[in-house]
Amino acid sequence: MSRISKTIAAAKQAGRKVLVPYLVAGDPDRDTTVALMHQLVSNGADIIELGVPFSDPSSDGPVIQLGAERALRQGVGMKTVLSIVSEFRKKDDKTPIVLMGYLNPLEVMGYDNFVSQASSAGVDGVLVVDLPVSEAKELLALTQPAQMDIIFLVAPTTTEKRLQGICEHSSGYLYYVSLKGVTGAAITDADSIAERVKALRERTELPVVVGFGIKDEASATSMAAISDGVIVGSALVQKIGELTDSGARDEAAVAQACELIGRLRKALDA
Amino acid sequence: MSVSESEHVATTATAQDPFSGPDLTGHFGRFGGIFVGETLMAAVEELDRVYRQLSGDPQFWRDFDYDMAHYVGRPSPLYHAERLSEHAGGAKIILKREDLNHTGAHKINNTIGQALLAKYMGKPRIIAETGAGQHGVASATVAARLGLECHVYMGAEDVKRQAANVYRMKLLGANVVSVTSGSRTLKDAMNEALRDWATNVDNTYYIIGTVAGPHPYPMLVRDFQAIIGREAREQSLAEYGKLPDALVACVGGGSNAIGLFHPFLRDKDVAIYGVEAGGDGVETGRHAAPLSAGKPGVLHGNRTYIMSDDNGQILETHSVSAGLDYPGVGPEHAWLKDAGRANYVSVTDTEALDAFRLLTRKEGIIPALESAHAIAYAIKLAATMSPDQTVLVNLSGRGDKDIHTVASIDGITV
Repeated sequence: MSRISKTIAAAKQAGRKVLVPYLVAGDPDRDTTVALMHQLVSNGADIIELGVPFSDPSSDGPVIQLGAERALRQGVGMKTVLSIVSEFRKKDDKTPIVLMGYLNPLEVMGYDNFVSQASSAGVDGVLVVDLPVSEAKELLALTQPAQMDIIFLVAPTTTEKRLQGICEHSSGYLYYVSLKGVTGAAITDADSIAERVKALRERTELPVVVGFGIKDEASATSMAAISDGVIVGSALVQKIGELTDSGARDEAAVAQACELIGRLRKALDA
Repeated sequence: MSVSESEHVATTATAQDPFSGPDLTGHFGRFGGIFVGETLMAAVEELDRVYRQLSGDPQFWRDFDYDMAHYVGRPSPLYHAERLSEHAGGAKIILKREDLNHTGAHKINNTIGQALLAKYMGKPRIIAETGAGQHGVASATVAARLGLECHVYMGAEDVKRQAANVYRMKLLGANVVSVTSGSRTLKDAMNEALRDWATNVDNTYYIIGTVAGPHPYPMLVRDFQAIIGREAREQSLAEYGKLPDALVACVGGGSNAIGLFHPFLRDKDVAIYGVEAGGDGVETGRHAAPLSAGKPGVLHGNRTYIMSDDNGQILETHSVSAGLDYPGVGPEHAWLKDAGRANYVSVTDTEALDAFRLLTRKEGIIPALESAHAIAYAIKLAATMSPDQTVLVNLSGRGDKDIHTVASIDGITV
């Protein structure tokens, strides 16, 4: 059982929802990202999605685009991203880490290089936004023996036929995209999401975690109520962006940036 | 039965005929495919299904051919550029006059075709990305004609350097969205169009302007543009009694080039040259020539040659021509390069500007800066050939839109 599956199973047993924050690796800088990750865990994060910055994030809204641009200005590439993971693992070998990003950095690095280096750095899963199951055969052939989970997205537009392939090849969890749009957009129709997630959970054993548009206690609790947990990206990246604006990188500033996750943890556990 | 009816069915590459790609999953060898976010997958698959069905329907091609003849003004003529040929000193240079099309470039061939698809699919809203503005104008044109809502994404840099086309789009009723993310050029406009599409996927048809993007776009855009090559082939045989010895076309995303090349791929004796934007020179790194100096990767929905750094970040491109200023290229070109069927070369900004002036003075034809790249290479190529040979160049667009750019290089304010 992978670290991701164990974590989610343990949460389920304890009757709690998983809370998955997303941040961009290297935003505002390498060392602060490591500090932010530890702070997120102590604020109640169960799994961390670490964004691999990409120059052309065509599925992301403006907040995460800016986060990626901040990281790219620091020259952050896959090598730095993996060094952040290794550094984090020195003090935390429990919290699963999922790398989330776009395919081209993996293409240029070579899939085999990526899987072996990510694996030894302590990465547990990978979510490649622009890699649908139909094109993922080659990567899957490498991640499976390395015990690395591949997380696929399920969208409101996903057809029944596609869902079959996604469920068959996913491991760890399914990432349910709550809305048609890009990261950071607002959820407008919670009822239809509930319906879709319910149908999804009836047909797969995989945990279902909901992301896109979760930004406060209300959206987190309503989405967690119908799923196994929630992913919070843009709302956190917005906060982390303030570190660049203010230039502050000390403990208090890091704690302030992660404060939202502590509040959501409380709301989810209440 | 018209030419396009008889020759137009969605095809599958086979061992017997390697040039009939893509395969059923949208691949040209290892290139092409579908690499988009899950939200868009259903829309892309639906478009593939609809296109395969319609492209097998003779009525669809009758409608397309009717618009090509009566709205676009096709067939576009072949023109023997005698004074330019004489200047080059070698083979006859023949121009395929796509610059004479309605709206001034080859782009309209594709937007007419995709507008038919949008209409059939019942989508009331059209989006498009544009670099030089020609595809934006061509999209706004078909949207006006069909009464559809139209939003055109354009990099903020391009909005500045192509002000006349921005105004044309507005006159046509389109909303032009200036994109300020990333490098503020064509690639960023495409990112923004993809974001819009994911948000409004239910009611929106995305007219991609070149033979890139996820499958089925590289296939269907090629099929619509292939009218260029089919006409050129027939016209060559009728007027010169033989096929051309060489074809030359500029390659940004590569739609005018594939449109010319595709009907000639099986003609082994016809040499094929795609001309990329060399910018300041490929050796300087400041260019837009992924086939000449890039490597395979994935961008905007397909696997192809792209310009990216060691971390896989997409590099900024440099070209005097906004329409060639793109770090990727259509996957079929990537495949033709690897297969050795087409040669890809580059010319610099300076060479293209010289050709722009030369064609204007020698033939009274002001070419688009994009097309001037093809002219520049054709002159060099013709010089190495004999007078009984012919070089057929795709003059993909006219240069009215570039007057301000060239004037400002000359230090003149128009």
